[in-house]
Formats: sequence, structure tokens, C-alpha cells
Amino acid sequence: MAHEHKLEIFRGLLKFKSNTSKIWGVLIFLSIITAVEVALGITKPQMLTGNSFLGMKLLNWIFIILTLVKAYYIAWDFMHLRDEKSSLRRAIVWTPIFLVAYLVFILLFEADYVYTVYKEGFVKWNF
Amino acid sequence: MDSSVTTASEENVWGGGNKPLNASYGKLMMWFFLVSDALTFSGFLAAYGFSRFKFIETWPIADEVFTHVPFFHGNFPMYYVAFMTFILIMSSVTMVLAVDAGHNNKKTAVIWYMFLTIIGGAIFVGSQAWEWATFIKGDYGAIETKGGRILQFVSAETGERVALDDFATEIASERTNHERKNGVWFFNEGYVPSYSVNEVMAGLKANDDVLIRTEAIVQEGEKQGEKTVLSRAATLEKMKDAALVVEGANLIRNEYGSRLFADFFFFITGFHGFHVFSGVIINIIIFFNVILGTYERRGHYEMVEKVGLYWHFVDLVWVFVFTFFYLV
Repeated sequence: MAHEHKLEIFRGLLKFKSNTSKIWGVLIFLSIITAVEVALGITKPQMLTGNSFLGMKLLNWIFIILTLVKAYYIAWDFMHLRDEKSSLRRAIVWTPIFLVAYLVFILLFEADYVYTVYKEGFVKWNF
Repeated sequence: MDSSVTTASEENVWGGGNKPLNASYGKLMMWFFLVSDALTFSGFLAAYGFSRFKFIETWPIADEVFTHVPFFHGNFPMYYVAFMTFILIMSSVTMVLAVDAGHNNKKTAVIWYMFLTIIGGAIFVGSQAWEWATFIKGDYGAIETKGGRILQFVSAETGERVALDDFATEIASERTNHERKNGVWFFNEGYVPSYSVNEVMAGLKANDDVLIRTEAIVQEGEKQGEKTVLSRAATLEKMKDAALVVEGANLIRNEYGSRLFADFFFFITGFHGFHVFSGVIINIIIFFNVILGTYERRGHYEMVEKVGLYWHFVDLVWVFVFTFFYLV
């Protein structure tokens, strides 16, 4: 079985000589991201926890975006989605993204409503 | 009737032989499974988000819950989980190297990389078990109120957490244990906390230095993001609501705060841990198949690639669990 590997990451900014070196390169990148996440999680800079964007702390936005970046590289390089046909890739990626975004939107919106009921309604729960 | 002739199947779209996705049956089915499994995990994490948003002002702070590292004493938030994450990513790398070696038909290299992957997975599952044990055992102990809320204790001087052990006064009391010989329907006595509510109460009254910390997170001001600490007067007042002493966490009680937090912890990390465990088992089976030369005779190592997909998926899920359970 002949396997073609695409050896470029970061949109062609970085091109590796072999598949093995690409794997190590991706590992280094993922480790750096994890280290940044942990460092931010421990220090919790005031600037990032104090300010928020669209109702969520900047720090949490950073965590979620870094997570998605990590997920992208795991799926694209470790799970070889980069080498698959685009039809397969799209079927795998966009189906869950659509469903999960939908579910998360509904649940979090509803939860926020329940929160206001608990806070302002005639429900006693914190005693 | 030219259309019924299917000699050149590549050119006839409906004649079979075309591979629109260019993936083998087995690989495609693995992807089917992974997508559905991804939706299952998303359901769990979304449910976690639901409960958390519901109790957004009283949810436990993960940094204060997971502070232990094996063989070390002290307060190390996140370090061990970060280590676990790294182990899992590392074993993902050895797995992808095994797949790569398989493509080049290098049997010994596949064996070694599979072996390292299994070791990594075993370390992760072991760490997970240790996390669970530490979480279940508990740290400082707490009081549960009549309403099911958790009251923890801090020192007024340092602001550090105080364990029940440090201040509860022992009150001599007579406890008669029910024994087998005295009962027809005998059940062993269940778990009894180390101290009674009265003992904690007496200790609290005797130690002016101890204050109650409630679940509520301060929303504004200097202490924003920290749990609320009551004044001494409010502490004694609040203690009247005390109903139970809670040590550690289980599915019903949780000394760290909201019970749902413990429930989701057990459910989500448990389900993920079970995936890692089954991944290790499957890896071991494939490992022996490689040693026996099954795939060498077959001429390709696609089976390694398929379990590889599963293994990377487990890593992928952990990335999300790590973020939403420990970081955010």
C-alpha cells in the first residue's frame, strides 16, 4: 500500500522532510500548547480573568481556542485526516461540529435561564 | 445496450469500484464509531456545562480540588493532570510512529512502538485510578448543611484551609455497635465520619481562628473568583444549619462542593478511563498479533492504523476533558 503523506503544517509555513520528523514536530507544538495552558491555569493573570468577551472570561476563551487547535493537530496529523480525501474529512469533522454546537447552544442557554430562576425566583436552594 | 457493460468500472460512477472516500471498509467503520463516540462524550461534557451554568456562582474551583501529586506533600494544582496529559500525548506519538513503521513494513519497529504505547496507556490508567482514590478519600473534610450545601473551614490568619482533624474537639460518647449475634437481619455498619457534627461545632466554638468558607464565589472586588469566607459571627450563625460531616467524595456526598461536580467527575473521567483501559487491551491484542507476524503475512499493517485511530481518539477526548473539567 503506497501512502502519500502531506508534510506541510501551518499552511505550508513549515515543511518536514519525512513523516517521522513531522510527528515529532507536531508533538513539540502540542507540548508547548499544553505547557502554556497549564501556566495560564496556575497563574491566572488578572488581565485575562477580569475581562470578558461575549459573556466569557478571556482566559476561558484562550483555553477553548487552544484546545481546538490541539484537537485539530491530533486529528489532522496523528489520525491522518490531512492525508484523507476531503469528502471523508468533511463528513467526519463537520457532522459532529454542527451537532455539538447546536446541543451546547441549547443546553447552556437553558442552564443560564435556570440559573436566573434559582437566583431571582421563589426557589430556596442555598441554605 | 452499452450501459449494462461494466468492464471499465472506474469510469462508470454507479458500477462499483469507485472509492469516493478512498478508505477501506474497516477504517471507515472505525470512523463511524469514533464520530458516534465523539457525540456521546460531547453529550456528557455539554451536560456538565449545563449543570455548571446552573450553579455558576457556587461551582467548585478545580484548582483547589486537584492539588495532589503522588509522593509529594503540598499544594500543586494541575501539575499531575498536566503530566497525565503529556503521557497520553506521548503515547499517541508512539502510536503514530508504530503506524508509520507499519506502512514501511518494519516489524520490529512496530513491536517496539506498540510496546511503548501500551506502557504509556497503563501509566495513564494508573494515574487516573490514583486521582480517583485521592478524590474519594478527601482532603480536609467539610460540613453539609440541611440544604445540602457544603461548608469548608479556613484559618482566619493565613486564609489556608483547615482540616477537621486540626480543630474538632473529641467528645466522649458511648456508641454501641450493633453486632451480628444480636440481630436477625444484620447489616454491617456503614461508613461513619471521624467526627460528629457536635464535635465539629464544639471545636469551632473553642477555636476563634477558624472561619467558614461557603460555596459562593465572590463576584466582584478584590477577592473576585475566590470562595466567600464568613466573619466569625456569621460563622457561628451559619453553623446552626449543619446537618452532616462529609469526608471525601462519592456519588451522594462531596466535601469539595456541589455534588454534581463529583458525579460528573466520576462519570466523565470514568467513561474516558474505561476507553483508555479498553484501548490498552486492544493494543495488547494487536501487539501480540504483530509479534506473531499476522500482519506481515497479510502484507499490510492496516489493523495497527485502525487501533491507532481509536487510541488517538482517546487522546483527543482527554484534551477536551482536561480543558472543560480542569482548566476552565
